[in-house]
Amino acid sequence: MGPVTAGLLQLLALIGALALVHIPLGTYMARVYSSKRHLRVEKWIYEGIGADPDTGMRWPAYLRGVLAFSLAGVLFLYALQRLQGVLPGSLGFASIDPDQAFNTAVSFVTNTNWQSYYGEQAMGHVVQTAGLAVQNFVSAAVGMAVAVALVRGFARSRTGELGNFWADLVRGVVRVLVPLAAVGAVVLVACGVIQNFSGIHEVGQFTGGTQEWNGGAVASQEAIKELGTNGGGYFNANSAHPFENPTPFSNLFEIFLILLIPFSVTRTFGLMVGSVKQGYAILATMATIWLGFVALMMWTEFSHHGPAYELANGAMEGKEVRFGIGGSSIFAVSTTLTSTGAVDSFHSSFTGLGGGITMLGMMLGEIAPGGVGSGLYGMLIMAVIAVFVAGLMVGRTPEYLGKKIGTREIKLAALYILVTPALVLVFTAVAMALPTPANSMTNSGAHGFSEVLYAYASASNNNGSAFAGLNADTQWFNTTLGIVMLLGRFVPMAFVLALAGSLAEQRPVPVTAGTLRTEKPLFTGLLVGAILIITGLTYFPALALGPLAEGLAA
Amino acid sequence: MNNSVTNTARLLGAGLRALLVLTLVTGVVHPLIVTGIAQGLFSGKANGSEITSEGRVAGSTLIGQSYNLPLKEGEETPAADLKWFQGRPQNGLGTNSVNTQYEIILSGATNRSGDNGELIQWMKDARSAVVEDNSTADHKVKPGDVPADAVTSSGSGLDPDISPAYAEIQVHRVAEKNGLPVTEVRKLVDAHTEGRTLGFIGEPRVNVLELNIALKELAAKN
Repeated sequence: MGPVTAGLLQLLALIGALALVHIPLGTYMARVYSSKRHLRVEKWIYEGIGADPDTGMRWPAYLRGVLAFSLAGVLFLYALQRLQGVLPGSLGFASIDPDQAFNTAVSFVTNTNWQSYYGEQAMGHVVQTAGLAVQNFVSAAVGMAVAVALVRGFARSRTGELGNFWADLVRGVVRVLVPLAAVGAVVLVACGVIQNFSGIHEVGQFTGGTQEWNGGAVASQEAIKELGTNGGGYFNANSAHPFENPTPFSNLFEIFLILLIPFSVTRTFGLMVGSVKQGYAILATMATIWLGFVALMMWTEFSHHGPAYELANGAMEGKEVRFGIGGSSIFAVSTTLTSTGAVDSFHSSFTGLGGGITMLGMMLGEIAPGGVGSGLYGMLIMAVIAVFVAGLMVGRTPEYLGKKIGTREIKLAALYILVTPALVLVFTAVAMALPTPANSMTNSGAHGFSEVLYAYASASNNNGSAFAGLNADTQWFNTTLGIVMLLGRFVPMAFVLALAGSLAEQRPVPVTAGTLRTEKPLFTGLLVGAILIITGLTYFPALALGPLAEGLAA
Repeated sequence: MNNSVTNTARLLGAGLRALLVLTLVTGVVHPLIVTGIAQGLFSGKANGSEITSEGRVAGSTLIGQSYNLPLKEGEETPAADLKWFQGRPQNGLGTNSVNTQYEIILSGATNRSGDNGELIQWMKDARSAVVEDNSTADHKVKPGDVPADAVTSSGSGLDPDISPAYAEIQVHRVAEKNGLPVTEVRKLVDAHTEGRTLGFIGEPRVNVLELNIALKELAAKN
């Protein structure tokens, strides 16, 4: 069997596993977010918070909860890193500098997990386990909460209430993420991922001499890193590191974890709005784009154009033997089309077009299937836009899931999709125009430009992967990328919640012969087209200067 | 005004308390339980899959090593010890930080693009070295036979594996240096070639450390 066939079979196995699991998990999550009962441990947590989980919140209150919780997260994580030098269990690592601590704190709270530090040389047990890994759980739960609030906006009528933020947050953590992550972590340990609290110690080597190792609670962080579409590696090499991703099976399993919740939540959505078919239409849209990108990526990486790869007879630079080109391609697409940003191979050394595909994946807004929660709400915003475009074509007031898309709704949706492109393009232009930021580039020419464009695309879409040739540990990049991550996470969330509030107040419009059937394949086609055209038009000039120029020159 | 300040403070307090409680759940209880299960059920793996050779720890089966001669005076990097099978080039370690030669397991890739002049030069150098090192009196390696993994750096810089093709290229050299028959060494490589998991997951690979440990045992017997 050739590597291409093996790659395609891995893809099929992955699709089969997701198809099997998304039904029970999607149904379970719908029950979690609709249930009236509280578990005992949840009651303790609500008591600790001092919040009543049964109070309905209107959208401003819900948003205030999101912001207060996230601000607390940034402050706590910043303080933890700044104090690392005096905390026990820090392996002797010093405190992190202010600009890097700010960047890292924001990065993990916004579910981005951009990393300008070397994990194994900077972060001790306490910061990794009680700081960074905690945000892997809670930032994912915040994303899911906001998505569920938007779904309730569609599902409810004549009320402004979107649910209770604290209840949604806690349930996401306690009932969904922790159980799945615990099972995932044990599977990973069985593959060879390490899980210990040993300090830095010497281990003998074959030809004599020793190697210095640091231990860590890697498996428990690795599982939620993928499951919560976070992506921040325990080690610098992220999921390429054998202690994070030791075998071909663990590689496929990690891709499965990345895609698990983003795809399953479409069923949760369908059940909550009362039509599983609507969920399938969204799922089909996500799957079409994801599959198309994987196919393109496999094609360009296996055909390996580019001077270096033609010389080497294969695009293996930055890739591990055990994963090969197939496994690395599936991982790269899955991590950039969700908001994960974990890498099992280094995107900067992909072929020119392969690097462009990872970048375009993020630029689509990470909606196919997207981050945990953020993928669903991003996709629903695109659905609103698509419905609006269709409405313009036939001259009818657009409606989606029985709700009218009026002036206010379309304004909010349009503002949502303008935020990230504005951040990416403005900050890339400024960084390229200023004299110093360009010094951070490893490669020159088109690829050097791609490194900077990739960094801002990754930060504003809360992805976190990098064309890691860029030396991002400078005051300029630490600070501006931090600001971009914050704006790219919370400004769109505010528009989503405002939209949810306005939808929830409406009374439903009855379905008539003139209603656009959004559960049919025709709508899926329209939606895929709208996504590709909007992103394409926004980013084409920038992509032409970077990866396209490199790919066409090869 | 006063009222809104109080409200903001109350809200922030709730946010902070929520964070602390959830830190306890996800940052203390969860990792401790997972560690308990991991150490109980898979303690070898949870502690780094260490492997022994001649009664002492020789590293981890998961982490690549260098198989070099001791550093001679005037050399910047030690020469490869051609008695042993060699792993992939690991340029990422040298360029990403101060660490070289696996003294600590700092991981990283070169991040060079496919049109990067330095990367192209590294590959050319690596390929001529592979051809030269592995050609013996009665076996000449052709440049076209050198597989991609022999001239490229991995993503982690710690790749423990090489492709079966790269192992095969090294068989004649290793046999000669150890005074072993070629067929014996090839048999050893075949025994240490792991196919795709379940026949389709990943790529076939040879673990260099395990192979070298077995080689050492074989050489000692003869």
